[in-house]
Amino acid sequence: MPSPRSGTVLGAVALGGALGALARHGAATLWPTGGGDFPWTTTLVNVIGCALTGIVLVLVLERAPERPAHPLAKPFLATGFLGGFTTFSAYAVEVERLFSGGHAASAVAYLVLTPVLALLAVWTAATAVRRARRPRAVPHAGGGPR
Amino acid sequence: MTWLLVAVGAAVGAPLRYLVDRALRRGRLVDVPLGTFTVNIAGSLVLGALLGLGDASVQALALVGTGFCGALTTYSTFAWETLELAQVRARIGALAYLVASVAGGVGAAFLGFAITGSG
Repeated sequence: MPSPRSGTVLGAVALGGALGALARHGAATLWPTGGGDFPWTTTLVNVIGCALTGIVLVLVLERAPERPAHPLAKPFLATGFLGGFTTFSAYAVEVERLFSGGHAASAVAYLVLTPVLALLAVWTAATAVRRARRPRAVPHAGGGPR
Repeated sequence: MTWLLVAVGAAVGAPLRYLVDRALRRGRLVDVPLGTFTVNIAGSLVLGALLGLGDASVQALALVGTGFCGALTTYSTFAWETLELAQVRARIGALAYLVASVAGGVGAAFLGFAITGSG
């Protein structure tokens, strides 16, 4: 039996995941790809989701111990919303569809491009946030809290 | 009403991903994100099988495909974990995780199509 606390976390993941999937579904409805098209929509969804994950997880996980993030921030935003927004299954199936449809060059390009751009996005975003935050990590001289 | 089916499928898929990740995190022997790996392979297999049917309804595609499989699997956590492995000087581990996930996921999609596909 999950404790109420883990139930709340699961609820946050479910809600975030549903919202993220709806955003992905909206993108796929607005910019549909199929047949032999290069799956640009899934590519962009995954890359944007990875960049946002780099930002969110640095802001949530790398904090001063006395100022922790809200306990539901990671489950809702990262595990839920961005986890549900990005998708691995569509990526894998689209690679298969391109191969089986005789678009081998597009299949290989898509196969390689997504992980490369995804890693680049998460790394660039995380690094940028860490750099931007560094000056604020310097403690102020004198003066207590408040 | 397609959007509602997407939301319901995702509201099951995303927490299931969280639970699998937690279960496989416990007492693991190697520092490899087995949870994300497992859901990504499983979701790719199910989506491949669903599309292999060829005559799945729009409703089934929204609920099981876009919603459940889409939210069960994740690219963002996969990318973050790969980066984390690379940053703790486990470059080989990061590369192995990356290649195994991509090859395993695409292989699972092919297998799913082969299981249900009529050709």
